Amino acid sequence: MSTTTMAQAIADAQAEEMERDNRVFVLGEDVGVMGGAFNATEGLFRRFGPQRVVDMPVAEAGILGAAIGAALAGMRPIAEIQYIEFLGYLDPLVNHAAKFHYMSRGRIPLPIVVRLPNGGKLGNAAPHSQYLESWFLHVPGLRVAMPSNPLDAKGLLKTAIRDDNPVVFIEDKLLYPRTGEIPDGDVLVPFGKAAVPHAGSAVTVVAIGWTVTRAVAAARELEKDGISVEVIDPRTLNPLDMGTILESVKKTGRAVVAHQACRTGGVGAELSARIAEEAFDFLDAPVRRVAGLDCPIPYNINQEKLALPDEQSIIRAVREMLA
Amino acid sequence: MADRNADQLDKLRWIYRKMLEIRLFEEGAIETFRQKLWKGSLHQCIGQEAIAAAMGAVLGPADYLVSSHRGHGHVLAKGVSSRKLMAELFGRLTGVCGGRGGSMHAMDPELHVYPQGLVGSGAYLAAGMGMAIRMRGGREVAVCSFGDGAINAGGCHEGMNIAAVHGAPVVFVCENNAFAVSTRIAAVLPVAHVADRAPAYGMPGLTVDGTDAPSVFDALQGFVDRARRGEGPSLLEATCWRWRGHTVWDASAYRTEEENEEWAAHDPIPRLAAYLAENGALSDRERDAWRTEIVDVVADAVDFAKTSPEPEMSSGDIERFTYVGEAGA
Repeated sequence: MSTTTMAQAIADAQAEEMERDNRVFVLGEDVGVMGGAFNATEGLFRRFGPQRVVDMPVAEAGILGAAIGAALAGMRPIAEIQYIEFLGYLDPLVNHAAKFHYMSRGRIPLPIVVRLPNGGKLGNAAPHSQYLESWFLHVPGLRVAMPSNPLDAKGLLKTAIRDDNPVVFIEDKLLYPRTGEIPDGDVLVPFGKAAVPHAGSAVTVVAIGWTVTRAVAAARELEKDGISVEVIDPRTLNPLDMGTILESVKKTGRAVVAHQACRTGGVGAELSARIAEEAFDFLDAPVRRVAGLDCPIPYNINQEKLALPDEQSIIRAVREMLA
Repeated sequence: MADRNADQLDKLRWIYRKMLEIRLFEEGAIETFRQKLWKGSLHQCIGQEAIAAAMGAVLGPADYLVSSHRGHGHVLAKGVSSRKLMAELFGRLTGVCGGRGGSMHAMDPELHVYPQGLVGSGAYLAAGMGMAIRMRGGREVAVCSFGDGAINAGGCHEGMNIAAVHGAPVVFVCENNAFAVSTRIAAVLPVAHVADRAPAYGMPGLTVDGTDAPSVFDALQGFVDRARRGEGPSLLEATCWRWRGHTVWDASAYRTEEENEEWAAHDPIPRLAAYLAENGALSDRERDAWRTEIVDVVADAVDFAKTSPEPEMSSGDIERFTYVGEAGA
């Protein structure tokens, strides 16, 4: 057991898988000597050298396209895109990676992992602060993982690297410095299995990524007033463990879905719809969404805080729902 | 023109036969499309056969070939059968992709041929293949074929630059058929030749007459050998004329009858026949016999496609293979 930041856990997962399988390699901007813009490839260059930890030009389509080409030629690349929104040109991911297996009737696997630092609250202004995870839910053929802590980050990433599907790996930037305990040995977290980081009985809160930490904080706060909240962290958005979510909602009769991304078209919209479709008769109240405002993320740090939800937003939503 | 040894003449004979197969296949595809035997897109490569066929002659089975929406020639040249390609156009289970790829994406992972329907996206895939080959210490090369329309797409630049900085064994081949749908290359290219872009990537560039099979063959062989020796990527521009419209629907009103007639004199197939005859490598009798055989091959491919099973009409089958390992999200 060791205490590790999420950035280190992500670097460790990559190192272990590169050690295990020489087809695995890392490519991206500044992933080499520098160890990545968020230190999530720290130490890999020293250990594996420039052949397997490849610094690439500032050319995100080229990075992803080359990763896909390398996968077609038998490799298992991990591409880091420095900020999620640098993925503006989606052709390689959407038109190629997500389609090969389907369009070949199962003959072409596409084992690539695309690591995407996600989100704001760092005062970087709108184009470096967005939460774009929902984009990838709308593209069948992509798996989408979104860890909320170092242990899941390591275990999910190792699973992603061994998966033969293209996996979009969403890393909320605020989680990189957060620490957690990670057991020694081969830590694997399966896809499609939600976690329940806080058990409860009155309201279900489904949260993703960094927002899970806020939902757990909210649940602890509400517990002091005798309000029992169950927090569910899907961990992967595709595959999505609706079973665990529905089981909880059927027990509590109330559901809040929470994320930082703006409300319209967010992951919460899909979760709300699925809960309404599949557990309507069990609901005592409409599903509520806690989400970012439907506007670009403001630069002013205090405005940015207001634009994005925190534990108080979740607490308010739960209280209003029970009022 | 250099004196040809027996091996080269054999390869040129192979190219001739492959060009005929491509031409007659394309004509069969058009005919069956007009008979409404299948629906879909159809971008024919008539007039450009020498380039695809030369790729087939120069590349080995393990080499990679990434091509474009106009890719029937490359697929046939890399060894996919007319049957499997025709059945693919028809959307049948027996097609090379089981009817999921269609005309623009008749990929075969065993034969390492990957046509891609999106203009400008081949270059970065080929660059990645080249990087993978280098990492493995392999001897293969990747050839990336694209049209003149692709040369201005950002992805093409990114892919060529990445291949160059990694010394990847990739040969980029621009089949300059004069039109990006209706837009003439001169209107969108600020330099005289596509190959003039090569020095910007520190790679050699060369423009050849893409309707002259021996010239294409020699240039391609040179660049492929160079890549195989570990000397990095190159850019070959092969000029040609797209005889038909952009697709089967396109009446191509944007060009003149005079131009079409002028280029008809550059038909790559009789040109190579004449060249081989001059070199004593192809008799009229053999040439005619090949044509007869290939007419039968294409007719058989059409019959095969027509009589092949459709995929199951169920949501289960439609959703199948979205993911490796399981059906849904």
